[in-house]
Amino acid sequence: MLKSGSASGSVQTHPPAQSAAKAATADAWRMRVTSIALVPLAIGFVCVILKLIGKDYAAAHAELGHTAPALLILLFLLAGIIHMKIGMQSIIDDYVHAARWKEAALMGNLFFSVVIGMACVYAVLKISFT
Amino acid sequence: MAGVDLYQGGLAQRRPLSPHLQIYRPMMTMMMSIAHRITGAALYAGTLLLAWYLIALASGPEAFETAAWFLRSFIGQLILLGFSWALFHHFLGGLRHMVWDAGYGFTHPMREYLALATLIGGLLLTAIVWCIAYFVL
Repeated sequence: MLKSGSASGSVQTHPPAQSAAKAATADAWRMRVTSIALVPLAIGFVCVILKLIGKDYAAAHAELGHTAPALLILLFLLAGIIHMKIGMQSIIDDYVHAARWKEAALMGNLFFSVVIGMACVYAVLKISFT
Repeated sequence: MAGVDLYQGGLAQRRPLSPHLQIYRPMMTMMMSIAHRITGAALYAGTLLLAWYLIALASGPEAFETAAWFLRSFIGQLILLGFSWALFHHFLGGLRHMVWDAGYGFTHPMREYLALATLIGGLLLTAIVWCIAYFVL
């Protein structure tokens, strides 16, 4: 049996066992904060998407080039990426038990979240400033 | 002695086990808990589509045309339909968790109503938004 089933992703003895509980608490807190932030942001996101529907390149580019929708998408991405990273982490904690696979899955989750987050943020900023 | 052999598999086999998913009567609250996780994972994968759209829009007209073509296709529309339902279902599931976090909604009829509201509300919001997308805009 595994020694620690923490949401922090510690699989063996490092980081020290004591930090596991604290890290999990911090993640639970971040989950709550991002959930609440995502209530208005997700509604805003859907509104922005609805405005983009059916638009050609020039019109869609102009729409997302405005400050308000761009800022809304950026905030949605920030909260959403943190939220989904912690969510997937808890799924991995529940279902992936072999230490090696768990480490790989947790690392893959972090990489995926950071790459998607960075790519989307870069794209929105580029649309805004070009 | 005619007793049960406790050591040759007897006890281990007759030992009471906690009910597992396969033999547990499906309940609304349980189904919605599972659905919350599945829709969350689906949205995780769905960010790839959002990233594609945004990167294409940032890259230029040709890349955008490819992404837009896919999103307009039957498969693309089907994925978008699933993505939007997952978003609304997970959104309402999250609101349900906030109600619980605040200390409410644990009583017997209430938790069933909340689970049902998540299911019906998610489908309803999806239908409304797609009607707006198709008939109003």
